[in-house]
Amino acid sequence: MASADFMALLPLLVTAVSSLIVLLLAAFHRAHGLAAGVTSSGLAVALMTLPVAFQVAPRQVTTLLMVDAYAIFYIGLMLAASLAIAGLSYGYLEKRGGRQEEFYVLLLLATLGAITLAAATHLASFFLGLELLSLSLYVLIAYVRTDRQPLEAGLKYLILSGTSSAFLLFGMALLYFQSGAMGFAAMASDLGRQAELSVQFLVGLVLILTGVGFKLAVVPFHMWAPDVYQGAPAPVAAFVATASKGAMFALLLRYFTEIAAFRSAALWWTLAGIAALSMFVGNLLALLQDNVKRMLAYSSIAHLGYLLVALLAGGPLAVEAVTVYLAAYFITTIGAFGVVAVLSGPGGEADSMEDYRSLFRRRPWIAAVFTIMLLSLAGIPLTAGFLGKFYVIAAGVDASLWLLLILLVANSVIGLFYYLRVIVAMFTETGLGDDRVWKAPAMSASYLDGFVLAALSGLLFWLGLYPEPLIGFVRTMERGLTG
Amino acid sequence: MILAWLIIILLVAGVLAWALERRDRQWPRRIALAALAIDLILGLTLWGARGDQVGNAGAPWMAELSAQWIPRFGISLHLAMDGLSLLLVLLTLFLGLVSVAASWTEITSRVGFFHFNLLWVLAGVVGVFLAMDLFLFFVFWEVMLVPMYFLISIWGHENRVYAAVKFFLFTQAGSLLMLIAIIGLTAIHYRRTGLLTFDYRALLGTAMDPAAAMWLMLGFFAAFAVKLPVVPFHTWLPDAHTEAPTAGSVILAGLLLKTGAYGLLRFTVPLFPEAAQAFAPVAMGLGVIGILYGGVLAFAQTDLKRLVAYSSISHLGFVLLGIFAGNALALQGAVMQMLAHGITTGALFVLVGALQERLHTRDMRRMGGLWETIPRFGAIGLFFAVASLGLPGLGNFVGEFLVMLGTYWVSIPMAALASLGVVAATVYSLALVQQTFYGPGREQWKVDDLPSRSLVPLGAMIVLQVWLGLYPQPVLETAGQTLQTLYGFGDATMVVRR
Repeated sequence: MASADFMALLPLLVTAVSSLIVLLLAAFHRAHGLAAGVTSSGLAVALMTLPVAFQVAPRQVTTLLMVDAYAIFYIGLMLAASLAIAGLSYGYLEKRGGRQEEFYVLLLLATLGAITLAAATHLASFFLGLELLSLSLYVLIAYVRTDRQPLEAGLKYLILSGTSSAFLLFGMALLYFQSGAMGFAAMASDLGRQAELSVQFLVGLVLILTGVGFKLAVVPFHMWAPDVYQGAPAPVAAFVATASKGAMFALLLRYFTEIAAFRSAALWWTLAGIAALSMFVGNLLALLQDNVKRMLAYSSIAHLGYLLVALLAGGPLAVEAVTVYLAAYFITTIGAFGVVAVLSGPGGEADSMEDYRSLFRRRPWIAAVFTIMLLSLAGIPLTAGFLGKFYVIAAGVDASLWLLLILLVANSVIGLFYYLRVIVAMFTETGLGDDRVWKAPAMSASYLDGFVLAALSGLLFWLGLYPEPLIGFVRTMERGLTG
Repeated sequence: MILAWLIIILLVAGVLAWALERRDRQWPRRIALAALAIDLILGLTLWGARGDQVGNAGAPWMAELSAQWIPRFGISLHLAMDGLSLLLVLLTLFLGLVSVAASWTEITSRVGFFHFNLLWVLAGVVGVFLAMDLFLFFVFWEVMLVPMYFLISIWGHENRVYAAVKFFLFTQAGSLLMLIAIIGLTAIHYRRTGLLTFDYRALLGTAMDPAAAMWLMLGFFAAFAVKLPVVPFHTWLPDAHTEAPTAGSVILAGLLLKTGAYGLLRFTVPLFPEAAQAFAPVAMGLGVIGILYGGVLAFAQTDLKRLVAYSSISHLGFVLLGIFAGNALALQGAVMQMLAHGITTGALFVLVGALQERLHTRDMRRMGGLWETIPRFGAIGLFFAVASLGLPGLGNFVGEFLVMLGTYWVSIPMAALASLGVVAATVYSLALVQQTFYGPGREQWKVDDLPSRSLVPLGAMIVLQVWLGLYPQPVLETAGQTLQTLYGFGDATMVVRR
């Protein structure tokens, strides 16, 4: 391997090394602040190495990984998400007590898996990244061992994820059987010689879609999502909703673009069906929830449906739309779960609607942050969420997907309804005393939470008001991918 | 730059009002009043200085501001003002002042946040009237929505949450259809010309096939029809108007409904002239249905606010009818009706709000004979009730008369049916006065009359109504110049096209 290869891999290497350092430190000296500090610094350093990697991009490192502008953008997105989640986890774990250091090791490993997926151009690295991500998540979800719910959620995730991995592997075997290649590029050039995708190949793709669909929690592979979101610690739920899904989507986008999967109308229609179902099932079931975390879970199912609409539009604008939408979705979702994490206390998660009643009077700043996050999820202008929605609609109009767009509009309106419900609850007075307010433990922790939430809110408005820099970067990235 | 200031002053004042609430609860009110007054002075100066220049060839705008925003999509911060925008902005600022005055004693909780929302709604409305970039227009369109939602859901009456959510969902559904239509229009323009832009002037006259034009036109129509509101998309209106606090009702009826009419005038018809022409009979039919339906239902109400709300549906039916009748007379009438209705209904809501503050009820069955106790209420109420029914010499008459005259040239049956609406208006307006102020007092109310302070805004509204009714020429000329540019009539004032 040349030194340029190492330069290209620096973000991955730094993340991997940081996880080792945190592990070793925990073995000799247990200190929560230290572990969190090292983790954040590791992630920050990894972020800082991105420009270094960018200098040598695009570079194919072995046959497994491709570090191009596309990968670097997604790696950056995932590292930043991880950094924000690490910040939120500190305060959260302080309040929950127990052993805290291993949490950060697992978080770093999960991040490593996610960023590997963003750069993967080979079925082997695809699977490797996925398993690294999933294995860490099993434990992270069940991290609060003293409660029943996290354990149940972790187990559920373990079993379903294992099953879906089996589907995925079988699909990969079929693809290999058909094309004799495991690298995306080699597969594409083999497919390029055929006018249509063969049946075996399609079956393989559908099996892979099953595995991917599970990770993305799109209908009909969504059953686990609400339970896992509800049971998992709030920062972990944020990770599952963002980095884990984002990595998967990045890979899906790269793979489908590379092999031009939408030559097959059957595949297109399958995905269109999944998109439509995800939007409707996600939004309609979200309406029925009284638990905020479950509501956010269903809402994220619906958001993945919107994202699929952008993916189905195809072409350069679709890549741009998916990326911008994901960036907006990351900021907003982490922000929303961040609020849940901040409000959660030693007694458990603040996830029932009751916990949010009259929040505006009790903690006006937190309530304000949650309000703008929810408005962004609903896609109201001046927020990042609107930019994402605008992009999806633009991609849809460009590809004339009128039916899907009408469904999207109908669903946006349904979605608005339950976001507003939470906002209304925050304004409603309970008449109860202030006994529901958790006493914040360490001052440093609440400052950190405040900082992370403020930064996320700032990003949200920045994208909503002045998105041009982001769009500019995404455009460079997109040209690299679609050629 | 003056146009940007109009909006920025309101936005900044909103934040200040919220921030300074802790110091003193009077501060938010003073700040709001000052900001709106400054804006109104700016607007009037603009009218005085450049009013007569508009419409000259090559100078379509009185003032203009353009800066790049998102070059990727050809989106710019393009604000511009012509006669139509000017009149509506002035109406906005004037009714803004009225709403601040009306909430002076009514709103006592979270005063800062209330005025923040109030000023941001007004900023959104001003933005809607000034934006000449479709994307920017959409942003302002939504910016006025969220604070309005808060105004209703926090400071409203008994059933406020239901009303606020209904209002939000209805308008949002329409807005998103419009967003698709906006993007569709730019996509067609891009394919035709290779130029990606959301600029209004660039998109005017985009060539497209009739089917596409019809769908896009319907997309725009949907958003504006919900706001206007056109029957059958009106069901949010009685609830929202009734549950909103006084300032909210004034802004809803006086301004938000006008944004729908403005959208039709500015965007739907000029952007898709042929499609609008083809759709005109349907739209006019809907307008007539609205006039009659609103009128009949207004008469059936016992809740004062609901009565005024349904009368709005009826009055706005005239606006829809006028816009789609499409000749200079009818269009002039529609603009006149928008202004006059804004003032009349605004005043009625102020009165009803003040009455409710005193009686704690809006039920007309419990009133009666109030003239004895509160003569000022009675006199002013009578004035605006007869203004609402279209008494000659007042603004509403000019608007409705011009609309019916213009419609007569296009379709005699429609004009005849619309005139029945005026009869209905007479019935419900007089019933309102009769049941509330005359007759035997059913309950012995002992309440204070309007304080002299309240007479200032109401007096100003009376003066404006009389002015619009007796000497509408300056307004007609100012609006006419815009209509001339947009609709291409030979002579702006009184030429019938068809």
